[in-house]
Amino acid sequence: MNKTPNSDALLVSAYMNGDESALGELVTRHKQRIYSFIYSKVYNRDVAEDVFQDTFIKVIRTLKRGKYNEEGKFLPWVMRIAHNLVIDHFRKNNRMPKFENNDDFNIFSVLHDGSLNVENRMIKSQVENDVKNLIHELPDDQKEVLVMRIYKDMSFKEISEQTGVSINTALGRMRYALINLRKVIDKHNIVLTN
Amino acid sequence: MPKMYSQSRPDHVSKDRVPKNETINFILNYSKALSVISYKNVKFEALLN
Repeated sequence: MNKTPNSDALLVSAYMNGDESALGELVTRHKQRIYSFIYSKVYNRDVAEDVFQDTFIKVIRTLKRGKYNEEGKFLPWVMRIAHNLVIDHFRKNNRMPKFENNDDFNIFSVLHDGSLNVENRMIKSQVENDVKNLIHELPDDQKEVLVMRIYKDMSFKEISEQTGVSINTALGRMRYALINLRKVIDKHNIVLTN
Repeated sequence: MPKMYSQSRPDHVSKDRVPKNETINFILNYSKALSVISYKNVKFEALLN
């Protein structure tokens, strides 16, 4: 191969002999082609910068260890390293896929968090407190049935057994408890929604 | 006119794309800092700041 003063082969050999400026010239000469190649695969500036940097770190280590065989193919060799690192990048990302939203589709239109946010949690606890306070205002017999049914999740049969009244009486007390609660809520315009 | 179902990437690859100067400087500084020491067929890498 014809070694012009500035050929890659000469620069590589100079670099392997300790001339650091030769690497600067090689990088300057090929940076655009190598970087464009990487960018054309990864489509992300930051990733392209990382892969470009890793490519040259590998080049530097190989050259400094004297493991590079000069065959006049410096650029194809560097491109091959870059190509392998791009593949490594995609392999790594496939293990932990990343989803990017675009204008056509937003992942949050199908995925949503069902739990309440902090504000709604606070509202919910306030509403529950208000309801408890309202229940305390009910006559004792109605309050007893309502608490057993709603909070203790007992059946009307169990309630009748525990309170010593008939099922119909328990049902009636429950009905009046709810009517009275509604009356109080309407009268004071209490908002019990989240 | 037929519909186009393929869409080109908005950020088309430009021919002028080059790495940042910081990246180039890092590479050149890394090269200056790295020295390989050979001892009995074993090569050690030393990274000096």
